[in-house]
Parts: sequence; C-alpha cells; structure tokens
Amino acid sequence: MKSRNLGWLFFGSMLSVSAWAESKYNLTQGVTDVSREVYDLHMLVLYICTVIGVIVFGAIFWSMIFHRKSKGHEPATFHESTKVELLWTIIPIFILVAMAYPATLTLIDIENNEDSDLTIQVTGSQWKWHYSYFDQGVEFYSNLSTPRSQWDNLSGEGESKGENYLLEVDNHLVIPTNRKVRFLITSDDVIHSWWVPAFAVKQDAVPGFINEAWTKVTEPGTYRGQCAELCGKDHGYMPIVVDVLPEQEFDSWLQTRKEAAIAAAEAEKASLAERMTMEEAMALGESTYQSACAACHQPNGMGLPPAFPALKGSKVVLEDVAKHIDIVVNGVSGTSMQAFGKQLTLKQLAAVVTYERNAWGNNTGDLVQTSDVKAATAE
Amino acid sequence: MTTATDAVIDHHDHKATGIKRWLFTTNHKDIGTLYLWFAFIMFLTGGSMAMVIRAELFQPGLQLVDPDFFNQMTTVHGLIMVFGAVMPAFTGLANWMIPMMIGAPDMALPRLNNWSFWILPFAFSILLMSFFLGGAPNFGWTFYAPLSSTYSNGSTAFFVFAVHIMGISSIMGAINVIVTIMNMRAPGMTYMKMPLFVWTFFITAYLLIAVMPVLAGVVTMLLTDTYFGTSFFDAAGGGDPVLFQHIFWFFGHPEVYIMILPAFGIVSTTIPAFSRKKLFGYSSMVYATSSIAFLSFIVWAHHMFTTGMPLIGELFFMYCTMLIAVPTGVKVFNWMATMWRGAITFEVPMMFSIAFVILFTIGGFSGLMLAMAPVDFQYHDTYFVVAHFHYVLVTGSIFSIFAAAYYWLPKWTGHMFNEKLAKAHFWCSLVSVNLLFFPMHFLGLAGMPRRIPDYALQFADFNMWVSIGGFAFGLSQLIFLAVVIKCIQGGEKAPAKPWDGAEGLEWTVPSPAPYHTFSTPPKVD
Repeated sequence: MKSRNLGWLFFGSMLSVSAWAESKYNLTQGVTDVSREVYDLHMLVLYICTVIGVIVFGAIFWSMIFHRKSKGHEPATFHESTKVELLWTIIPIFILVAMAYPATLTLIDIENNEDSDLTIQVTGSQWKWHYSYFDQGVEFYSNLSTPRSQWDNLSGEGESKGENYLLEVDNHLVIPTNRKVRFLITSDDVIHSWWVPAFAVKQDAVPGFINEAWTKVTEPGTYRGQCAELCGKDHGYMPIVVDVLPEQEFDSWLQTRKEAAIAAAEAEKASLAERMTMEEAMALGESTYQSACAACHQPNGMGLPPAFPALKGSKVVLEDVAKHIDIVVNGVSGTSMQAFGKQLTLKQLAAVVTYERNAWGNNTGDLVQTSDVKAATAE
Repeated sequence: MTTATDAVIDHHDHKATGIKRWLFTTNHKDIGTLYLWFAFIMFLTGGSMAMVIRAELFQPGLQLVDPDFFNQMTTVHGLIMVFGAVMPAFTGLANWMIPMMIGAPDMALPRLNNWSFWILPFAFSILLMSFFLGGAPNFGWTFYAPLSSTYSNGSTAFFVFAVHIMGISSIMGAINVIVTIMNMRAPGMTYMKMPLFVWTFFITAYLLIAVMPVLAGVVTMLLTDTYFGTSFFDAAGGGDPVLFQHIFWFFGHPEVYIMILPAFGIVSTTIPAFSRKKLFGYSSMVYATSSIAFLSFIVWAHHMFTTGMPLIGELFFMYCTMLIAVPTGVKVFNWMATMWRGAITFEVPMMFSIAFVILFTIGGFSGLMLAMAPVDFQYHDTYFVVAHFHYVLVTGSIFSIFAAAYYWLPKWTGHMFNEKLAKAHFWCSLVSVNLLFFPMHFLGLAGMPRRIPDYALQFADFNMWVSIGGFAFGLSQLIFLAVVIKCIQGGEKAPAKPWDGAEGLEWTVPSPAPYHTFSTPPKVD
C-alpha cells in the first residue's frame, strides 16, 4: 500500500459514498440481494458511528483546546444533571432501535432456508472441502491448487506467486444463477467455517451436525472465499472457489459431471483387473502422496510428531500390509488421520501404499495392487 | 471528600530481607508490586510472540515459522496476554491501591493473597513448558473442541492444568477484594462514597467469582473428553461441539468485562484529577458499571452467530448485545462531561486516559457493528474482529494500566518519573498502536480471516504496515521499562500529593507510601 492510497482511503471514507463502495478495503457489496442488504446495514452503522464519534470526540477535543489550565480556564463545579443524563440514555436507545429494525428483517431473510431449487452438501475436513449435489450423483473434493513451491519459502526459494495465490482450488464448486441454492454444511473432523464474502454466507461446519445456509446469485462469475474457523495446521490453506454459471450452462455442466461420474465408476471396476509395475505404482504413489499425504506426514515422510507420526521407519508401514491399507482407507478414529477410501481411487490407494512402503529407505519391496486394496476393504 | 488523620507511619515494619521478603510477604504493597512486575514480564513474553506473528505476516509466503508453530504463537500470545498480563496487572493495582483508597491497613486475607500470587508463576511455567515437550497449545486461546480435544497435539493436559491454577489464583484474588471492600472501609466511607476505582474492582471481583468456576468446568470437560473417553463435545458419543462454545463464552464474555471494568475505574480517577473537576455523574457511573456487568451474562452467544443458532436465539443475543451500548455510552459521555469546562493539564497519566477514552470508543463502535447479527456473518472470524478486540484490550485495558502506573508511580516509588521519557513512551505507543491495529479493520472487511499464517496477495500492503506498527509498538514498551527502573532508582522527590487535582486517601500518606499505612483508620466525612 502506498501512503498516497492510505490518505485517499481516509478521505474517501469520510467524504464519498461511491468511493467507499468501490474500495477493495471496504466490505464487498457482493452479488446477492442478501449481500447487498448486509452491505447497506454495514454502511448505515458505520455512518451512525461516525456521526456519534464526531460529536463525542469533537467535544473532547474542544475541552482539550479551550478548557485547559494553561489558558487560565477555571474549572466549573457541576458534576451531575439528571436531565442530560436521561437524555443521553434515551436517545441512544432510539438510535439502536433504528438499527435493530432493518437488521432483524435481513436476519429473517437470511434464516429462511425454504423453497430451494438445488441442495448441495458441503463437508469440511482437514484441510479441504467436499461438495455433493443431492440426488444428482455428483460429488468431488476441492483442494488448494497453489503449488507448495509458491508458498513455502522455508524449504526452498519461494517461486513468484500467482494472481489467485492461496485462493485457487483444483475442483471449483459450480452453481447456477437465479436459483435458490441451499447448502447443508457439516464436517468430518474439527469445526470449519464455509465463507464466501460475495454471497454474505458464512456458516460453521460442525462435526455431527448439519447447518443450513442459502444463496441466490444474480451475476455469473468466479467468487472466492476461505475457511473462517481455526481448524488446525493448514487452516490458511483451504480456500473456496465458486463458479456461478448461467442456468443452461450449469445444467449442461451438471450433465457432463453425471456422465463422468458413471464413467469413473466403471473405470474403478476395470482397474481391479489391472496389474501395476513397481515403477508405475511408485510414480502414481508419489504424486498421490504429495497431494494427499504430504501436508501432515511431510514430503520426506518424517511427519510432525506427535500429532502426525513419521512414516519413515514406522512399524505399520514396514510390517503389517493389511493394517497399513486399513488405516489409509478407513482412517484412525479420534485422530487427524482421515479415511482416504472415498477420496482416492482404488488405484491411487494401492499406489500410495506401495510408495510409502518403498520410499525414504522403507525398502520392503512390497507391491500392492488395486485388487489387494479391494480385498482388504471388503472384509 | 476526605480528611485523614495524620498520615500514620508505622515503625514496626519489620520485614524479611532478600528473596524471603518477596516469597513470604503478606503485605499488600509487596504483593501488588509482585503482581505488577509479573504482569509486565508476561506482557513482554506475550508481546514477543506477537512479534513472531507479525514477522511471519510481514510478507506473503511462509518465511520464518511453519503453520503449526504459528498457531502455537497466536494461541499462547492470547492466553498470556489475557491471563498473564492484563488480569494480573489489574490485580496488582487492586492490591496496591484498594486498601489505601478505603483506609484499610492491608487486604483482609493476607496469606491467601500471598498464595494467590505465588501459584501464578507455576501456572505459566506449565503453560510455557509445553513448548519444549511436544508443542504448545495450538488451538487458539478460545480452544474450541474438538480441535483442542480429540485433535490436539498433546498439549491439552498442560493447558488445562495451567488454566486451573490461573483460575484458582483469580478466584482467591477476587474473594480477597470483596472481603476487603465489604469489611475494611474506613469509618464513614459508605458504598456510595467509595472511589469509583474501588467500585469497578468490587464489581469485577463478583464477575470473576461467577465465571471462573465455569471456565474450570469447561476445561475439565475438555480434559476428560481428551484423555478419559467422555463425549461432552463429541457428537459420535451424544455430545455437541457447540455446547463447548456456549460454556466457554458464558465464561468468556464476562471475562472481557473483567478486563475492561477496572480500566473504567482508572480513567474515572485520572480524568477528574487532571480536569480539576469532580467526576460527572458518579452514581450513574456506578449503575452503568453494574448494568454492564449484568448484561455480560446474557450476551455470550453473539460470539457464535455462525454456529447455526435458531433465528430467535440470534435475535435475542443481537438485541441484548446492542443494549450494552447504552450503559457504555453513558460512561463515555460522563468522561466527556467531566472534561467539559474543567481546567485541563496534560500530564502523562492524563494523556493515556484521553487516548483511552477515544480509542476505546472506537473499539466500542466496532463492537456495535459486530453486534448486528446479519453483518456479523461477514465480520466474524476476520481481522475486523482482531482489530476490534485489540482496540478495547490494548488501547483500552493496557493504556488504562499505563495511565494508572504513571499516576501512582510517585506514590509507589517516592520519586517523580522522567516526564520526557514518559511522553516519548506515550507518543510512540499512540502512533504505533494505531498503525498496528487500524488497518486491521480494512483487512477484515476486505476478507482476510484471522489466525492464518499466510494470505492472498491483495492483503499484502496493509499487512506490511501492520507489522511495522507492531514492531514499533513492541519496542516502545521498552521505554516504559526504562522509565519505571529510573523512577525506582531515583529522581525528583515526590510530595505526598504530586497531582494538585488528585483526590483520595492514598494521597494523605507520604510518598513513597510507608510499608504499613492506616494502622489506625482515617475518618471520612
């Protein structure tokens, strides 16, 4: 920020309504009726506070300038006045009512989750979002796509950062314009909070409970948000990206995804017969490990004990294959270890287990195949 | 207001020497000093953690610490500042000043007093020890379950035991304040003649007794959830993670008033003194403080608007929260009216007090904005909230503590402080603290969540400014340390009453205050 901008900001904030609305340092007006109502409320309270502030601070500065001893001002002796004290108790109450009334109307609007056209379940987990379109058979995970090399200046030279640094994901959530979309928000582990400022939607994802929120977007576009509730180590690395498409485009997108989902299920079946070579498994395993496992267990397999144990030299990884597969597929309840069975394909699971058993000096020589994972999970 | 008999100088002040004097002391002045030094050491400790946070956030990308250590920094910074710096500093002021202000020879329960201080260093040792034993708490000072229970890094036990000890210390301190004020006021000092400073500590002590057991309860539930298989906060076992937040904030909201009501008492003492005019609306101040204390028990869920509360709950907590603006407004108007047509001078305690009134009010405005539930959906868990509570806690509570320290330093040490240095401390703090916290409002509005170790590029400019402000504010506090040390070592001899507009019994005893004061109670008309 150049200091010139800072000055502009202060003057802009005091003088010009339109400048405020365009400023990237003010609350966004957003792209829904609710978000615009929220913005108006924000500005209303801000202006009321500014006016009260000018009066109160003005009086204090007036005293500081004109009622100082060095100017020979003699102190007055008054120290109470029922009339004045009643006045400045009652007037604020009226101001508060004037603020509470529109706030109540907006709140009632926000909490009306009925009559939705489309329902999407949003599930937070450490540290990604999962979206599932109800009754459509379409679901997917959404992971941060900013490469580690851009944000980790600790272990390498930080590459130059892209335009949407830390606000970009591999799979965007896609919703249509002008339809009421209801979100059912929950969590698989700790509390997260799903927040898209442009929709004025922020709702906590609480494990074991389902919260509702809704939006009806009027303008197509790409909108970005972030997890808002501290959810552990990589809380800063689970952004949200929503593509809002015109209605027809959305319908054809959904159709494509439905077909892709069916095709993927078939490919999964076909992969059971496949036999990977060690090289194939290690290559696929390494890329899967880097995207799914490395955040906790670290790229070098050393983990971050005690919460995230090391895999290098780990007893489970070196000995019991069945247990190893079970942990990767089903997770370990009561810990941060998630169930990856539904996040990765069978082939990826087999490859990542193989990789863990043969990387960083874990030279077991074990090659796990897709059918092994299937067999282990079928029991 | 008061006339005292000749200041009592006690010739029987036989005290142990060396370390024993401090370990075994039951003297309210010694214990007050211990509390104040402890608070200042903790202030620097918590502050240095804030420096790590600001250094990491100076630029986008991770350059100094990993995200897990970053979370440990934000968590322990918060815990230390709340429980280690602000609360003990107020207890220290209460210890030093309440007996002298009400004409009592000491606190009512001197041995309890010793103990309530001396368990504190152990509490914070346990907390800080966890850094070297597998990692410090990393789940935020609000320690929401299940992040702090099932998903914790193993620091939960250290954290829970440390909080238990802090809680016991606070409860004992509060009992002492209440018993002292109820029983040991000088003859003639009725409740409505007590200095407002005493009133605010009296009310604060009740809040402490009411909510510290709640905190003890919630951390114990957390402990058993983590280590003994209970499911208070685990839906899989029939519990509810949001129940944790309800219990925590039922403690947490009164807790934030525990950290601000004494500040109200301090500036209600200093502003009349340097305006040379009686406090405007003394009785309305007492009633406003009591109202705020009462309301603090019925607003807790305004911290939880996004947890999925029913509409009716959101409305109730929104209305109650907005209502707090009324008594708080009365207080600000009263300070304004006290200064109005006074004969104002700008000694350092007054400078900090005026800065308090203005900057605390800015924090109050953002608080009013946050109270509006629909808009809170946007503000919640962003830097707007961080800006809000640092305005009320740093430029609020901590500025008031500086005001108090400068106001009573001559009484404590017998020397005037170096005014030039103290003014440098004030101006450096004032400029840097606003550079530090004001831009955070805009960062929050622009969409930057709190507690993140790295951020999108549009937040880069302001974060750099904020960090520079942070470093400057941190360094400015070393000036304060220098002022205090110089003042203890020597300086111009302070008269019994160095401020011509000051009122109260503490100014009727010589400076420095003798080891024992008011062995014979003064008489108050």
